[in-house]
Amino acid sequence: MFGFSFKPRKASNTAQTAKERLQILLAHERVDRSNSELLPILQKEILEVIKRHMQVDSDTVDIKLERGDDMSSLEINIELPGAQMLATRGAA
Amino acid sequence: MAKIIVVTSGKGGVGKTTSAAAISAGLAMRGHKTVVIDFDVGLRNLDMIMGCERRVVFDFINVIQGDAKLKQALIKDRRLETLSILPTSQTRDKDALTREGVKAVLDELRDDFDYIVCDSPAGIERGAHLAMYYADEAVVVTNPEVSSVRDSDRVLGLLNSKTARAEKSGEEGIKSHLLLTRYDPQRVAKGEMMKVEDVLEILAIPLLGIIPESTTVLRASNVGMPVVLDEKSGAGKAYEDAVSRLIGEQIEMRIQMAERPSLFQRLLGRTA
Repeated sequence: MFGFSFKPRKASNTAQTAKERLQILLAHERVDRSNSELLPILQKEILEVIKRHMQVDSDTVDIKLERGDDMSSLEINIELPGAQMLATRGAA
Repeated sequence: MAKIIVVTSGKGGVGKTTSAAAISAGLAMRGHKTVVIDFDVGLRNLDMIMGCERRVVFDFINVIQGDAKLKQALIKDRRLETLSILPTSQTRDKDALTREGVKAVLDELRDDFDYIVCDSPAGIERGAHLAMYYADEAVVVTNPEVSSVRDSDRVLGLLNSKTARAEKSGEEGIKSHLLLTRYDPQRVAKGEMMKVEDVLEILAIPLLGIIPESTTVLRASNVGMPVVLDEKSGAGKAYEDAVSRLIGEQIEMRIQMAERPSLFQRLLGRTA
């Protein structure tokens, strides 16, 4: 009949969410701080290894880092030359 | 030999200048010869919070560039005779601050004062960097809020790596303290605001004090009085406790409640 109730609004504990988000983020940021050059170094070294065996262009390398709670993933995408490209290069 | 204390935070608007003013006034109230320096070149505000804005003639930058003597730029507080203020420039830009210049001024102040309080600008650039560079201790002002805590963590990283004490091997690092400001126990009870313990667990530095969100802070800044001089203010009392801990006294941590308007005041519809 009445459009309101006396039940207290169920408090969602957003403070707990804030704490958890900070703990995860800062754990990563503290590591990055001590090793902020990690990604460029990784990119350079991985490319060098691959270049020993095949021709790749530095511009076709894509590195992504996804920070997670339980695990993080490092995704490295390198465009390798196709068969046709290799053939034309071989002929030149 | 004076102790140099930087009041810093990374994030703006968390209460650095209010805290620098209250801490330096609190130290001076206890008879320690104290000077508070504004490092926020171009956005000078410490002079207003201290209520001496109309008495500024020369400033920190004038002294660094040799245009004025340090004694000419220091402003003596009219309420506390052991307190002096060194305002910064409102017109120059932050490049006017140099490491050598800052060092020379601090060295000269060291002989005459017990405490030198450096009020850092927000951010982590030149002004903030030089405010913390020569510090012996740091007061990291933090609100119980995600962006403030994150920025404080970043600043703690800088305090431990980009300061004179950090760079000199064999020397003890800067002693950092957490000052939690704008704390609202009622919102904490509702689960809307992080608890003291949460912030302490994340930042992992000793707690200097908890300053409650209080209407008296704005009132004090309105009239240019460090809030620690307001005896009725919960925030003022909390700053007094923080100052006691800063000089090494063991004081029980208590959360000062913000002043509640009396029933009579509420009936009249007045807000404190």
